[in-house]
Amino acid sequence: MSTTIITPEDIIKKGKIVFKKTENMTDNTLSYCPGCGHGVAHRLVMEVVEEMGITEKTIGVAPVGCSVLAYDFMNVDMTQAAHGRAPAVATGIKRVFPEKYVFTYQGDGDLAAIGTAETIHACNRGENIVIIFINNGIYGMTGGQMAPTTLDGMKSSTSPYGRAVETMGYPLKITEMVAALPGVSYATRQAVHQAKYVRKAKKAIQKAFENQRDEKGTSIVEIVSNCNSGWKMSPEKANEWLDENMLTYFPLGDIKK
Amino acid sequence: MKYFQKGTHKKSKTKMEDVKLMKGNEALAEAAIRAGADAYFGYPITPQSEVIEYLMQERPEDRTGMIVLQAESEIAAINMVYGAAGAGKKAMTSSSSPGISLKQEGISYLAGSELPCLIVNVVRAGPGLGTIQPGQSDYFQATKGGGHGDYRLIVLAPSTVQEMADFVDLSFELAFKYRNPAMILSDGAIGQMMEKVYLPEQKKRLTNEEIIEKYGSWATTGKTKNRERNIITSLALKPEVMEKHNIHLQEKYKRITENEVRYEELQCEDADYILVAYGSSARICQKTVQLGREKGIKIGIIRPITLWPYPSGIIAAYADKVKGFLSVEMNAGQMVEDVRLAVNGKTPVEHFGKMGGIIPTPAEVLEALEEKLILNK
Repeated sequence: MSTTIITPEDIIKKGKIVFKKTENMTDNTLSYCPGCGHGVAHRLVMEVVEEMGITEKTIGVAPVGCSVLAYDFMNVDMTQAAHGRAPAVATGIKRVFPEKYVFTYQGDGDLAAIGTAETIHACNRGENIVIIFINNGIYGMTGGQMAPTTLDGMKSSTSPYGRAVETMGYPLKITEMVAALPGVSYATRQAVHQAKYVRKAKKAIQKAFENQRDEKGTSIVEIVSNCNSGWKMSPEKANEWLDENMLTYFPLGDIKK
Repeated sequence: MKYFQKGTHKKSKTKMEDVKLMKGNEALAEAAIRAGADAYFGYPITPQSEVIEYLMQERPEDRTGMIVLQAESEIAAINMVYGAAGAGKKAMTSSSSPGISLKQEGISYLAGSELPCLIVNVVRAGPGLGTIQPGQSDYFQATKGGGHGDYRLIVLAPSTVQEMADFVDLSFELAFKYRNPAMILSDGAIGQMMEKVYLPEQKKRLTNEEIIEKYGSWATTGKTKNRERNIITSLALKPEVMEKHNIHLQEKYKRITENEVRYEELQCEDADYILVAYGSSARICQKTVQLGREKGIKIGIIRPITLWPYPSGIIAAYADKVKGFLSVEMNAGQMVEDVRLAVNGKTPVEHFGKMGGIIPTPAEVLEALEEKLILNK
């Protein structure tokens, strides 16, 4: 028996490509856990940037948290920010480069705890930026501690008996909070753990960048995501848990448009 | 080692309308516009609020296109500087001691990411909320790091309103030359006092193309097809990478130490005793020299202009010649440690200071010199 070597060219016939990785994503191996939503969210942001033809004008701001290394994967100019300070850093960039597209990519601990002041005031100034907010209800990078968005009764390494809202506070709906500010033009909550949600999330991200193009003020796209490692679940179970619990407290859809 | 060339302005060429009576804080703000700064981000705090007030009043956006923004906190302001500096622009902030403490996280990131920028500290005496009166109690914080990690700022100490103006452009030049944050360490007295100032000529703000041509393409200006993406970060999870970065920083600091020391010396040639003082204290000491010499005590002054890199060389050079040094500071004794390191035990080094916002008088300094270095010897 002879062995036939099949090359990619044999499989991919010109004109029949239905999907390919955007060049705005690097070839670096993602550092995220298998099943994590970050990879999809990264890709959606970078696809929108490519499709809008704004790659050369886009500057991203990576936070502290699991996506601290976002600049390893997103093939655009990027700045890493101190914990919570991404909206202030983005403000600095956007104010000196009003003609460029600036976005932040932040987790819940970064955006809704340590960076609350920067988030609210950037939104209140109506900074013409896009904020991508990944809410998975936990601190992933540091090993599963309680986040501002951790649900009532939810276990984490710093709420091992479950979050007790009477002493630990309530899970924070910060997107609803900033939606109340006149500087915010668009606030929406999306998800990426199923194909049907991915398509909607991409549309929302595109609308956010279009708002920046049209100088409408701040757009915030919250993506309710999973953290199977932090939640101590299998990826499959984590997605089910997300559906049943996270989406009940953090319902999907536009909050302000 | 080089002597400081007094004033970067050309007095003979200064137009009459550019000679003004101004507060130190205002002169600094005006000099920032004229230095071609791109952005100022600040938060009000006494005794330096005139900086942002002056800028808001002047509308530099109309004059040069310079952006001025009042941030929600000192923390936000320094991070806005981080963003703008990372974009390759001339960005600055100013504050006073408690506010500078809040900025330390950002300053450490700026140093780690090697971003050129200017931070102004119009010092008030501490600790804590302290007082709104002038102090020099932030010397350690400014020169020894301040935030976390091994890093240095280029620190310039003005002692006149003229130097408040002149050091803005100088700070930006040094910051961009070495891709390192620079600090102007002033104090409440210099910030608030009014003096005649020769304002520098208006420099043009650089275009993005000029920035790239002059300083190279490292900033986040948007990834073009002809280059890899630019990343501004202070993070390296692998220790061998972080070690390499640290070594690189230390080599840079060595180059700065070798090339950028600035100081002024006054009547040291025949001196038996040398006062070491910067900023407001150096002004007091000038009168002390006069009082001392009238009494037959030969006193000179070494005034460090760069507090980092420190003018250790000139102090060491005089260590073999004089009977003692007195470090005069508005604090409990901070710079005196650097004087002692430079002198290395060759001759006595004493400290005289006033704390809590009290400014020493020339007579008190002379009295301290006589008591600590002459009578007690």
